[in-house]
Amino acid sequence: MSEPIHRSLGLTDSEFADIQTILGRDPNHLELAMYAVMWSEHCSYKSSRIHLKRLPTEAPWVLVGPGENAGVVDVGDGIAAALRIESHNHPSAIEPYQGAATGVGGILRDIFTMGARPIALMDPLRFGPLDDARSRWIAEGVISGVSGYGNSVGVPTIGGETVFDRTYLGNPLVNVLCLGVLPVDRLVLGQATGVGNLAVLLGSTTGRDGIGGVSVLASAGFSDEETDAQKRPSVQVGDPFEEKRLIEACLELLDAGLVVGIQDLGGAGLTCATSETASRGGMGMDVDVTAVPQREAGMEPFEIMTSESQERMLAIVEPDGLDRVIEICERWEVRATVIGKVTPGPATGDVDGGRLRIMNGFDGEVLADIPAASLHEDAPLYDRPRQAPSAWNEQLRQLGEKKSVSSANVLADLCELLVDTKWVWSQYDHQLFLNTVEGPGGDAAVLRLKHPITMADTGRGLALTTDGNHRWCAIDPRVGTALTVAESLLNLACVGARPLAVVNCLNFGNPEYPEVMWQLSEAIDGMGEACRAFNVPVIGGNVSLYNESQGNNIDPTPVVGMVGVIDSLERRPQGVRLVEGGRLMLIGPPCDEVSGSRWARLHDVFEGQLPALDVAMHLSVAEVVRALVSGDVVAGVHDVANGGVGIALAEMAVRSGIGVNAARIANANELFSEGPSRVVVCVEPEKMSVVENVCQEAGVPLARIGVAGGQRFSVKGLIDCELSVLQSAFSDRLDSALGSGTAQ
Amino acid sequence: MTTRVGVVVFPGSNCEQDVCEAVRQQGVQAEILWHGDSSLQQCDAIVIPGGFAYGDYLRPGAIARFSPVMGAVSQFAREGGPVVGICNGFQILTEAGLLPGALQKNRGLKFLCSEAQLRVESTNSVLTQQLDLGAVVSIPINHFEGNYTCDAQTLQQLQQEDRIVFRYVNNPNGSVDDIAGVCNEGRNVVGLMPHPERAISDLLGSSDGIAMFRSLVSSVMAG
Repeated sequence: MSEPIHRSLGLTDSEFADIQTILGRDPNHLELAMYAVMWSEHCSYKSSRIHLKRLPTEAPWVLVGPGENAGVVDVGDGIAAALRIESHNHPSAIEPYQGAATGVGGILRDIFTMGARPIALMDPLRFGPLDDARSRWIAEGVISGVSGYGNSVGVPTIGGETVFDRTYLGNPLVNVLCLGVLPVDRLVLGQATGVGNLAVLLGSTTGRDGIGGVSVLASAGFSDEETDAQKRPSVQVGDPFEEKRLIEACLELLDAGLVVGIQDLGGAGLTCATSETASRGGMGMDVDVTAVPQREAGMEPFEIMTSESQERMLAIVEPDGLDRVIEICERWEVRATVIGKVTPGPATGDVDGGRLRIMNGFDGEVLADIPAASLHEDAPLYDRPRQAPSAWNEQLRQLGEKKSVSSANVLADLCELLVDTKWVWSQYDHQLFLNTVEGPGGDAAVLRLKHPITMADTGRGLALTTDGNHRWCAIDPRVGTALTVAESLLNLACVGARPLAVVNCLNFGNPEYPEVMWQLSEAIDGMGEACRAFNVPVIGGNVSLYNESQGNNIDPTPVVGMVGVIDSLERRPQGVRLVEGGRLMLIGPPCDEVSGSRWARLHDVFEGQLPALDVAMHLSVAEVVRALVSGDVVAGVHDVANGGVGIALAEMAVRSGIGVNAARIANANELFSEGPSRVVVCVEPEKMSVVENVCQEAGVPLARIGVAGGQRFSVKGLIDCELSVLQSAFSDRLDSALGSGTAQ
Repeated sequence: MTTRVGVVVFPGSNCEQDVCEAVRQQGVQAEILWHGDSSLQQCDAIVIPGGFAYGDYLRPGAIARFSPVMGAVSQFAREGGPVVGICNGFQILTEAGLLPGALQKNRGLKFLCSEAQLRVESTNSVLTQQLDLGAVVSIPINHFEGNYTCDAQTLQQLQQEDRIVFRYVNNPNGSVDDIAGVCNEGRNVVGLMPHPERAISDLLGSSDGIAMFRSLVSSVMAG
């Protein structure tokens, strides 16, 4: 006997029973297909929603919190910033270029849906190891995809991360963050209101690409290469030129006040956009499936309704404004077609309304008839079993026992940990719009803040960072995630910014394993605790589960995107650099704990106990650093993160071509510890007393650790080499692994 | 009367607002010119900005050159009006036959966004007349197809007629003779791959581009 159709669409038997209850009858195939995509893990967050509720989401400056297309915060001067992060992990594993490209396209639509002009992208990327050929192929394809789409669509990519680690073998993480700005009064929400208003489909035609992408791809793990290759038709294909025209047309429609609500078509395509706009507005909608412009002949209604063809938007407009809408779209060569009408619903007092009806012509046969809200609100909610891994309890017993890591060659380790990601970001336009004060490669990116309509410079800046650390989270997802949020906060402080909001991309394994659910739940608690302590709300996020390949789940990888504001941007932040004769000082508490560090993992030590986060100390350190940076007291600054003080010093040295003579670092543990709340600064000798006074007043520990200058890199008792040794290690790694991009 | 600089926008252009900012910094008006109009709105100078006109379909500039506005730009150029093409604008000008040569894919076959050092090789053009000959300026590049090429005879002509306006100090893309920018015989049409509008503020990393826009504006005054 063949498998029941609901199972092949990814629905469980009990979910099928729920649908029968909602409809009071058996669903037909079209209805079943619509429930299948909307109730997929990717769209419904059915395994994570119950936990996400624990995150703090409110602050006086939050205009829109989680649940909309993007979070929005008030940044002053009548300007709001919209922020959103998404994953495109699974498509990118199958078809790296298009997977990454359409990830960029999707996140941009989330931002201009809110009425914001997208002004910056960031792309935290994680791949398998460089010595694996397939991982290199995926990395090159993904980076080309981000470059090809992002550059062409005309939004600068100003930063991100590039991490190579065995945990991502077969399952890369491709996260994309977008920042947009809008006048506060142009904020629009993705909702349909007003009976008789029209749903106008804008942009590309609808084809058979990406059908079931959310259920087939994004909500299942990977098994073997042959099966995965068969999934390739579920990956969509992007067209940045179409998207560029769509952005300009939509922003012009919004400027002209012609749009009541607007929604992008992403995962689950038309089904999601029509039902979401209707149910958010408390209305219903009739959709004429035959009116949808099709890319190919003979498409079935279920294909049209679930297609994930890219570069499409759904605008709700008043009938009187339709002619002007079409006129503006024609000017931008953007297709505009009326495909739906808003019908009564609970918002108009019609309790039996709120139906999403798919019709064969507005006066024709009703092909599907379901309560619009049931696709969202009635989606299953799972409190899946959670259990700490057995090793975890073992670890607790060993609390206090320091893990020891030993190395025969500290210099070789340092070189191994040094990676210049310029090979990646030199392929991205990171300067468009003349905002980029600090581009990729620093602690955080810095943008000038201009008014999106008048283009007037406010004299202030926005700062943006993304951070993730799977090594910490593998040891302790709760503390690891809190430390990740802490790192973001300190990255912003290093460019003189104070934090405003966080978005998160929670990349985890298969939630059907209790250990993975435990990781997810712990990580959310860690993030919630840190965000509350730092008073930074979470305004949106994305959960990507089923990141597993051949039975191996990835290390838990919550990625944090944090936006902050710089109150006075008169000069470029000092950045990761040294000046000749500058004094090197380490701000923050000493630490020699190496558990969870890159150095420990280099030596195959995976367990241990993470250094604790002292929230009060962390806030004091951030405050001190912000003051020193904005007061221009320091000449160079770099937070201590991946690779510890050793890598912080080495990066400052190679980036400025100036050597280091350091002492008072007792051993390799102190050199490579990634203990939190620490920043290395380079200070002109006459300003050392200022730094000392500021730290003393704040009760923040400070250590003099050396002098910058010359062409040697030396750490007393540990390393002594020509700076050029580090420079080659730094710049050659990606060039030699992935091919020289510039062939200078 | 105030000088007006027209900035042409095709579907897919993306540097137009940046060029407008650089133009306004000179205290003159910037006017957006839509590709579908065949009028230049009495502008005194024209800039074709960077981006991906028509998505670079077929090849960069190949479709844009057929836009109605390009007929007017060609006419304006023939009459001696100052025309500058930046990046994609340079590609469009070569496709339109207003400048010789062509831009092919970078050596290395990668998109490249980075700082570039340029040497000013000729100050006899509408974009460089206020620059110092031989000076090295820092102007960002941002392109995939920036590898300038032309036949040997054209190259010789460019060299002999002092029409190579900028050369790269460290050739990033494989351009023949390190060429970063050229001008036409009348010296009123200049194309370059680097983006001077991205170098108009120390806050953004360089202000070496300001003098180029000053040159363009003063060429109008002089003309």
